[in-house]
Amino acid sequence: MASFLQVKSVSKHFGGFTALSEVSLDIAQGERFGLIGPNGSGKTTLINCIAGALRNDSGSIQFKNLEISRLPAYRRTRLGIARSFQIPRPFHTMSVLENLLVPLAYVVHLREAEGEAAAMEILAGMGLADKAHGAASQLSQVELRKLELARAMSARPQLLISDEAMAGLSGSEVDEVLKILFELNARGITIIMIEHIMHAVMRFSQRVVCLDAGKIICEGTPASIVQNADVQRAYLGA
Amino acid sequence: MKFWIPTLLLAAAAFGLALSGVNEYFFYAAYMVLTFVVLATAWNILGGYAGYVNFGTPAFFGIGAYAATVLFKWLDAPLAVQIAGAALMGGLLGFGVGIMTLRLRGIFFAIATVAVIFIMETLMINWRYVGGATGLQLLRPEPMAPFESYTRMLFVVMAWMVLASVAVARYVQDSWIGRGLRALRDSEEAAEASGVPTLRLKLVACVIMGALMAAAGAPMPMYLSFIEPASTFNLSYTIGALGGAIIGGMSHWLGPIVGALLLGSLQQIVTVTISSEVNVLIVGVLLVVFVVVAPEGILGLVRKWLPFSR
Repeated sequence: MASFLQVKSVSKHFGGFTALSEVSLDIAQGERFGLIGPNGSGKTTLINCIAGALRNDSGSIQFKNLEISRLPAYRRTRLGIARSFQIPRPFHTMSVLENLLVPLAYVVHLREAEGEAAAMEILAGMGLADKAHGAASQLSQVELRKLELARAMSARPQLLISDEAMAGLSGSEVDEVLKILFELNARGITIIMIEHIMHAVMRFSQRVVCLDAGKIICEGTPASIVQNADVQRAYLGA
Repeated sequence: MKFWIPTLLLAAAAFGLALSGVNEYFFYAAYMVLTFVVLATAWNILGGYAGYVNFGTPAFFGIGAYAATVLFKWLDAPLAVQIAGAALMGGLLGFGVGIMTLRLRGIFFAIATVAVIFIMETLMINWRYVGGATGLQLLRPEPMAPFESYTRMLFVVMAWMVLASVAVARYVQDSWIGRGLRALRDSEEAAEASGVPTLRLKLVACVIMGALMAAAGAPMPMYLSFIEPASTFNLSYTIGALGGAIIGGMSHWLGPIVGALLLGSLQQIVTVTISSEVNVLIVGVLLVVFVVVAPEGILGLVRKWLPFSR
């Protein structure tokens, strides 16, 4: 069977510190996948290795049967892997619309007018249409999170990695972002969600993996993860 | 059209001016001012659009001047060939320096570019063929047909070079290259994640910058009838280039023109009326004032005061 994303015994060290050790994952096309773990457990390092911001020291990462672990980040984006950043990194000197025009020009290769139409459509889907011509630096926290997702979506990805898109948002804002992610998934986009807000990950994911100290400590359905003794120990430190 | 018609008119005006009865000294001073406009415009492509501050302007300017000298002494090459050769060498240096240093960010890149100046200067000091540390006297050929002096001809050459470099900077700014450079200036990680090949774009910017700076340096030996390392690789070119861009405004191609014209003219006037020492002080003070009061330069001020000017 053709695999979608396959991570095989990936390790990453920073000096003497082991951030990831022998992590393996298999993610199917169209899946809603949750990645949890306490702070410093290696979640962001793992997705940085998948998206290309970091290179793994050993192991392999295959996307649609293509080895990608040595490709620069921009090539991976062009292959169909897009991500949002945990701390929003908007292009702050540009307007909201222009933020989306960057991936639309560099990944989808749209001309200016087509790009603007496509960007407006995406912004409308995110509820950001009225901010399109405003400066990205003027957005509120929840709008910045949506811009992160909107910009990632502008690369027309097959796999979207959402890195704590909901951290620091209020209850209703979390629901808003969740709704957006469900809609994207319904359109066939595979989503990896990293999240600390438990009820959100548990509601969203079909399958959850828990990382602790760079190792996968358990994997399963949301219901089974909550019951798992290792997960409870990692989070509560019993 | 809105850009090209004024450009052609300016090109013709420079030509006409050089044939008029205006005092010879005007051309002598204006040549230097225009040189700084090219340097500031070139600097802004990497420094303004991409946010990579380059202190190495004299290295690129100098390699252009020396490339022209070598072509002149060795092949008796005409000025146009000297400029083309200089641009080629500048572009190559830009590529080499870029590939070695553009992985460094912020202050580390800036420091690396300073080192390039000293490397180039040391190489030239130790190269006998171009006169080593004492320099080389050059005999200017006769000026071309309609011009009555070589300085007038060089003025026209530099004026056209200004127009050419501004056209290049404008193209870069408005094209997909400019959007990618702005993206990576705002956030390199987010740019990569948006499909922008950041290293490649920075290299392109660095090559264009190097080629333009070297082209600006090419006529310098003929202008002075002399070349020598200490003044060719002088840090005043660093200050002039980035000063012009910062004072004018770095976000638009108009900025470096406005800034360098203002700064360069002021320097020439002060050199004549007060002293050549004071002119350095003036650049320093102006830079401090602008960085503190108007970090977006004169263009930023105009935009603030005239909200409809965009």
